[in-house]
Amino acid sequence: MRQEVFMAGMGGQGVLLAGQLLAQAALEAGLELSWFPLYSPEVRGGRATCTLVIADGEVGSPVVGQPGSVILMDGIAVDNHLNRVRAGGLAVVNSSLAGDEIKRDDIDLVAIAATDVAVELGSEQATNMVLLGAYVQASGVVEAQAIEDALHRVLPERHHDYIPTNVAALQHGAQLAAEQLQ
Amino acid sequence: MNTLATTKTIQPIYTRPDSLTDVQMRYCPGCTHGIAHRLVAEVLDELDLKDRTIAIATVGCSVYAYEYFDTDAVQAAHGRGPAVATGIKRCQPDTIVFTYQGDGDLAAIGLAEVLHAAARAENFTVVFINNAVFGMTQGQMAPTTLMGQKTTTTPLGRSVEQGGYPLNICELLAQIPGVAYLARETMTSPKRVRHAKRSLKKAFQVQAAGLGFSLVELISSCPTWWHMKPLEALQWIEDVMVEQYPLKVFVDKLEQGEQAEKNL
Amino acid sequence: MPERQLITGNEAAAEGAIAGGCRYFFGYPITPQNKIPEYMSAHLPEIGGVYIQAESEVAAINMLYGAAATGAWAMTSSSSPGISLMQEGLSYMIGAELPCVLVNMVRGGPGLGNIAPAQSDYWLATRGAGHGDGRCLTFAPFSVQEIYDLIGQAFPIAQRYRNPVMILADAVLASMREPCVLRERLDPPEEKPAWAVGGRRRGRQRNIVNSLWTDPPVMEEVNLRIQQRYEEAAQNETRWTEHGADAPEILVCAYGISARICQTAIEHAAEAGIACRLIRPISLFPFPTEVIADWAQRVKKVLVVELSMGQFIEDVRLAVEGACPVEFFGRTGGVLVTPEEVAERIIEIA
Repeated sequence: MRQEVFMAGMGGQGVLLAGQLLAQAALEAGLELSWFPLYSPEVRGGRATCTLVIADGEVGSPVVGQPGSVILMDGIAVDNHLNRVRAGGLAVVNSSLAGDEIKRDDIDLVAIAATDVAVELGSEQATNMVLLGAYVQASGVVEAQAIEDALHRVLPERHHDYIPTNVAALQHGAQLAAEQLQ
Repeated sequence: MNTLATTKTIQPIYTRPDSLTDVQMRYCPGCTHGIAHRLVAEVLDELDLKDRTIAIATVGCSVYAYEYFDTDAVQAAHGRGPAVATGIKRCQPDTIVFTYQGDGDLAAIGLAEVLHAAARAENFTVVFINNAVFGMTQGQMAPTTLMGQKTTTTPLGRSVEQGGYPLNICELLAQIPGVAYLARETMTSPKRVRHAKRSLKKAFQVQAAGLGFSLVELISSCPTWWHMKPLEALQWIEDVMVEQYPLKVFVDKLEQGEQAEKNL
Repeated sequence: MPERQLITGNEAAAEGAIAGGCRYFFGYPITPQNKIPEYMSAHLPEIGGVYIQAESEVAAINMLYGAAATGAWAMTSSSSPGISLMQEGLSYMIGAELPCVLVNMVRGGPGLGNIAPAQSDYWLATRGAGHGDGRCLTFAPFSVQEIYDLIGQAFPIAQRYRNPVMILADAVLASMREPCVLRERLDPPEEKPAWAVGGRRRGRQRNIVNSLWTDPPVMEEVNLRIQQRYEEAAQNETRWTEHGADAPEILVCAYGISARICQTAIEHAAEAGIACRLIRPISLFPFPTEVIADWAQRVKKVLVVELSMGQFIEDVRLAVEGACPVEFFGRTGGVLVTPEEVAERIIEIA
C-alpha cells in the first residue's frame, strides 16, 4: 500500500494541521509516512500546501507530481491542483469556496460545502476537519477513530476545548462523503 | 669597605616572568608590545593564574603571541578573538582567557565580535594594543589613526572625506552594561607602566571574580611606521595621541563592589 | 517495535546531536533551519550544555573553533548564505586540526536566493571549507531517521579525523516530518583529547591550537597529515546505498532528497519496462567512487539527478571515467523535481 495525499488551501485554513493529524494517525497505525509542508513566505494569509505519503513499506519520494489523492480547501487550490490528480484517484474539494466549475470525470470527486457545514457547527475553523473526515471516509487510509485520537496528541492542551467541535466536523464530513460515494 | 667583596651570592631583582617563554620576541626595536607582554605575564604570575590561562593570539604584529606566553594558547582568525574566547570560556568556565588584539584586528575587522562579547558580558579579558596603524601589513590606516596622520594608505594625512573619523573604542564600550572593567593606559614612562600594570591586574581580577567583560586599551608606539625614533614615538603619544585617547579608568566593578562592601 | 516519534528533520538534527553527545551549540538564525537553534536553546541548558546565539555566522563558527579547541563536542547549523560566511572559520579549523559538526539545510541561491529546497551547495560542502587544501567530511542523509542517526555518528567521526564534518540536507528534509526512533542520550567522553587547551596544566606541556606555519615545508607537512586522514576516512567512512534492479539498463545517481525522489522514479520507470539501479552516496566526501565505476561498466547510461545546475555530476563523471555516457536531470533555484519527471527523463535517455 502506498497512498499519497496532497492538501492545499489558504494560510489559516488548517491545511498543515489536517496533514499532521493524518500523519499522526498513520504513525499510530504502525505505517511508514512522510509529511512535508510548503508555505509561501508570509507567516499569515499566504498559501499553504502539504504532501503526505503513507505506505506499509518504504515511503520513497515525499515529493509527488501527480498525487493519488488531494484535499483542496478553496477555489485557488482547485484551480491549481485538481488537474494534477492521477486518473483513478480521489479529490475531496471544499465546494463552499470553489464554485460549481469542479469537473473531473476520471477520478472520484467528493465535493462538500465544508465551510457551510463548519459554520453550522459553530466554527468556521473546523472546515479542515469536515474535509479530513470526508477524505478518511472516502480513502479508508486510516480508521476514523485514529484521527479523533490524533487530535489529543497533536493539538496543544490549551486547544483541547475545541476537540468536540472538531470530532463533530470529522463525523459530518465522513457522513457526507459516504452519501456522495454511494 | 668593599660591598661587593662581602656579598656571597648575587640575588636577581629583575627576571623574566614565569608566564613568558624564553623565545626571543620578534617586535621592532622601540615597540611597546614587549612591555605589554611583560606586564600581562607579571600579572598572571602575581595572581597565580598561569596554569589555567589560555592566551588567544590574533592577527597583526602580535600574531606570534602564542610563542611568547608560556600558557595554553589558541591562534584566532583576524578579528575573531572575542568569538573564539567566547567558545573557550563557555566550555571551560574555570579557565582564565585573554585575547591580545591590535587596533586593526579589534577596531576594524573584529568590531562586531568585541562589541557583542561585551554585550553578552563574556567573562574574559581583552588586551587591546592601539598604535593607530596597521603594523604587520606595513603601516596602513587603522580605524584609530588620528586625523591628519600620515600612513601608507593616507599619504596626505587622514581626512574625513577619505578615511572618516578615529574610533574611540573605550568610549563606545563604556555604554555597555556587560563591561566590568574598562581602562585606557599607556607605557610612556615608569609611572605610566605601573598604572598600566595596575589596570591589567584589575582586569584579570575582575575575570577571576567572574564579574564580566574586561578590556584594557594600551596606547602603544610604532616607531617603525610612525617613522620616528623610539623616544620621539613615546613623546608623540604623550603630546598627540592621549589628546584623542584620554587615559582613564572608565568602568571598575571590582572597585564598586569593594566600595559597596565597605558601605554595608 | 521501539517507539517512533513524528518529528521534523530539524528536530532530528538537534535531538540526534544531543543524543550523540553534543553539549555546545553556537548559531545564528536563518531559514529553513531555525528549529535547530530553537530546540538547542530549550534543551541544552536542561542537561548542563550551552547554547549561544552569535552576532553572525562568522562569530558562530569562531565560537565553535574556540569550543573545539577545548575538546568540547560542539556544533553549529545554518543554511546556504550562512555557510558561505562560515568558510573562513572552517578553513582555520581544518588548519588547526579541530573537529566540529555543522549542518547545512540548503536553500535556493545564489545570493539571498529563497528558502526553498536546493542542492546547489554541493561544491561549497565538498570542495569548500574556505581557502587552502582542506575539505569537510560531508554526509548527506535522505530521511528524518537518517539525519538523526548520522549526526550522532558525526561527532566521533569529527574527533577521529580531527576535521569538521558537515551534514548536508535541504529545506524539504529540514521541515518534513517522519517517524523517528530516538535513542537514549549519550554523554560525551569525560577525558579530553591530549591536544585540547584548558583545564589545569599541572606539569603537562602547554598546548597550542594554531594554523600559522610560516615555514612552507612545515605547512606542507601539516597538509600531508590532513590528507592522510582523508585517505583513512575514504577507507573507513565511505557510505552509500543501492536500490532497484540487479541487471539495470540505466544507473541513476542521486543523493539526499533527490535520491528519495529517484526511489519512486525508478519504480515508475520499471513499470514502463526500463530496469534502473539507484546508487545513493551517503558520504559525499569521501565519495563512493568505486561502486559507481563498477556499475558504470555494466549499464548503458548513467543519469545524475540533483537540485542544482550540475555539481554532484562532476564527482559521478570522475567515477565513471568515460565508461558510458553520463546524462543529467535537475532543477535549481528552489524548484523540486517530481518522480514522474525523473521517470520521463529515464525513458527519454533509455
